[in-house]
Amino acid sequence: MDKYAIEGTPKTPSISFDLNSGVLEIKGRSIPENSIEFYKPLVDSLDKYSSGAKSATTVNVQLEYFNTSSSKCILDVFKKLESIHKGGSAVTINWHYEEDDEDMLEAGEDYQAIINVPFKMVMVAE
Amino acid sequence: MVDVFDIYDKMERNNILLSFKGEITSDLLTSILQIMENKMENMQEEPKIKKKVYNVLVECLQNLYHHLDEISEEDTDRSKSAIFMIGRENGKYSIFTGNYILNENITSLKNRLDDVNALNKEELKEYYKKVLNNGEMSLKGGGGLGMIDIARKTGEKIGYNFLEIDKKVSFFTLNIKITNNN
Repeated sequence: MDKYAIEGTPKTPSISFDLNSGVLEIKGRSIPENSIEFYKPLVDSLDKYSSGAKSATTVNVQLEYFNTSSSKCILDVFKKLESIHKGGSAVTINWHYEEDDEDMLEAGEDYQAIINVPFKMVMVAE
Repeated sequence: MVDVFDIYDKMERNNILLSFKGEITSDLLTSILQIMENKMENMQEEPKIKKKVYNVLVECLQNLYHHLDEISEEDTDRSKSAIFMIGRENGKYSIFTGNYILNENITSLKNRLDDVNALNKEELKEYYKKVLNNGEMSLKGGGGLGMIDIARKTGEKIGYNFLEIDKKVSFFTLNIKITNNN
């Protein structure tokens, strides 16, 4: 029963990472003043997961807001996923954005351009 | 005696929705963001502009929060305190921030702002990706991404001013405009 899960707060997203099924979900707002501290446990669990990664890893990111401090940490998370992908687990990142939120779509496309992992842009109706 | 009416009148004439002067703490930012979110909800602002204002406000306020930290070891009297104001006129939002800055830090900050202001939409996107991917993550923030992000999301030039107070410090003000056109 290996799972990393935390509840969301007004400034931090909920995270659920089931290491047994290889499904990671990040939802809500990510606007903490100190993002490194917040994302460290997730990066650590990805490290742990990478040695025995499942054949497929699914990542669902559904953020309403994120600050630039988080954007670097999210990139770090995606870089871990990239190395897991290279290691043989088929990683898919589903990047969700609300219908009228062009900024969030663009943010997803920025990551897509940097990270060598299949991205799916998923539009969510408001 | 403080002329309260004068302050009130100035704020009224400048369509200020909310203003704060004092020490910037993490809890304060949480409250301010909550208040602004409720206000925009009550004004039935379009989701698109609501998101932009919220995003830009987060960057502006966190800039202030991190910046005050940097200077406070040097000059405890003046550096702890900052001001910010949020105005709305004809559906356009303005965010103003003001804080003391050490004179020796002005040149690098001014250069950074001028660099960002010189770029168009496409160049800002490339610059953002470059800094995101190559830049060093600072412990305090996004390592210089904040201003690029603000310029990108608003599509407006960042207004700024440095008012020299004495040989050691100046008062730095930022003026960010957010319209619905971008």
